Amino acid sequence: MEGMKYQILEALSDDCRSTPEEIAVLLGTNSATVASMIAEMEQEKVIIRYRPIINWDRTDKRFVQAMIEVKVTPQRGHGFDAIAKRIYQYSEVKSVYLMSGGYDLIVLVEAPSLKELAQFVSEKLSVIEHVTGTSTSFVLKRYKQDGVVFDTSSDDQRLVVSP
Amino acid sequence: MSERFVNPKIAAMPPSGIRKFFNLAGTMKGAISLGVGEPDFTTPYHVREALIDSLLNEETQYTENRGLLALRQEIAIYLKNRFHLSYDAETEILVTVGASEAIDITLRATLRPGDEVLIPDPGYVSYQPCVEMSGGIAVPVETRVEDEFQVTVEALEQKITPRTRALLLSYPNNPTGAILSDEYMRKVALFAQKHDLLVVCDEIYNELVYDNKHQTSIASLAGMWERTVTINGFSKAFAMTGLRVGYMCAPRAILDAAVKIHQYTIMCASRSSQVAAIEALKAGRENGYADVIHMRDSYNQRRRLMLHAFAEMGLDCFEPKGAFYLFPCIASTGLSSDEFCTRLLQEHAVVCVPGTAFGSSGEGFIRCCYATDKNKLMEAFRRIRAFLAVLQEESREQVVS
Repeated sequence: MEGMKYQILEALSDDCRSTPEEIAVLLGTNSATVASMIAEMEQEKVIIRYRPIINWDRTDKRFVQAMIEVKVTPQRGHGFDAIAKRIYQYSEVKSVYLMSGGYDLIVLVEAPSLKELAQFVSEKLSVIEHVTGTSTSFVLKRYKQDGVVFDTSSDDQRLVVSP
Repeated sequence: MSERFVNPKIAAMPPSGIRKFFNLAGTMKGAISLGVGEPDFTTPYHVREALIDSLLNEETQYTENRGLLALRQEIAIYLKNRFHLSYDAETEILVTVGASEAIDITLRATLRPGDEVLIPDPGYVSYQPCVEMSGGIAVPVETRVEDEFQVTVEALEQKITPRTRALLLSYPNNPTGAILSDEYMRKVALFAQKHDLLVVCDEIYNELVYDNKHQTSIASLAGMWERTVTINGFSKAFAMTGLRVGYMCAPRAILDAAVKIHQYTIMCASRSSQVAAIEALKAGRENGYADVIHMRDSYNQRRRLMLHAFAEMGLDCFEPKGAFYLFPCIASTGLSSDEFCTRLLQEHAVVCVPGTAFGSSGEGFIRCCYATDKNKLMEAFRRIRAFLAVLQEESREQVVS
């Protein structure tokens, strides 16, 4: 992939609302080039979706999140993919990654309440065939997500005017 | 009543032209500042960690007057790698409290009473006072937007007298953002040799040059090393302004003289900051100066953003290739630089610095720093646009009446 595409991806990662015109100004190129590169990357599924980063802690929405370490028995011919697919199809599951280390999959789960999340683990996740063990850790506070720090108290500390 | 104790020379010295805006801005809520003169990046984390570690390791003593040898060695390698400069770590490099101290002691170590120093104008606010406090006479040399604010030999020749002793060069330039092309630089070098001048070269913005341009260090040109003091520091390129570490490099005789002043007045730069500076250079050497390049690329994007915005507003602005300032011309509004900046701040809550704060050649221009968050820049542009619309309306009314 060309260097320009990486620069476009970085600009979009910083602010996905940036228009091709705005990105073209930042990168010193023309907007038609940017627009066509974005279209290409969308087609190739390099860019999958545009969404905001939300600090839900600042809203009234009540929900719980948990990171669940999952041990599974990989299947012949499918490895971990088939079991991962069975897990990620639940709407409660927000992210699933195959991991190295002491467990196999890490599953980020979201539910309206502790009770419902516990139900998900005990009634849906644990009973899936080939799942041999789970360990659930609840999220208590979010500090930083996708490179963005949620605590905005450390504002610009520079002098307003300096030589 | 206590005024009688103040040195009349200092009393007569005008306060910095930015002071007024600093005070004004203090009274304004929600003002967006394009008036800063420092990076908006926090010092890279590994650099701050090195500093913290040094404190935990009880490294809180004085260092040698010249600074930690390990730092001077890193500086020597850095200057060699990046700017083709050769300085001996043991005898030709002095670590100072920011480049500001280096400017001060260089001038004090070299100027005799009445010596004249040529200073391209507009230029950094401290040069003229530092020359005068050293007993010298500052001689501004006009630079013009037509030459992209590069100093010309023609302008320099006009100001030469038998008392001219030194030339103070600063490119990339604060406030204009100008760089000095190799062609101009060579001519300036020949001029300095012809008149046997000392060249004091403030290279604090040397890393911040955009679009594959570069800024040659004058001491790397033939016949210049022995007459040049190269000054640099960590504030701009490594985002370490508040840590106050700079350095000067010069032939031994000049450096020894500066060390004398430094040892009696400063003793040494902060050890903690020196340790941080070692980390900045060492990591840079190992990772291809990744921090510097990352910050520079980010400034460059915002430089283009601001240039584009001013062009859309119809403000004339030459394209500066260095530092992190734009220097648009506001003469078309009919206001002076000072009036423009005062009204922009009072009526639209945007801080800019009038070009005249940097010398009389800055009249008609304002300094705008783009080292600020993109969203804040966009909001500042919106406000400046609104201000220009008000000014246009006013001039229309004047024509009608």
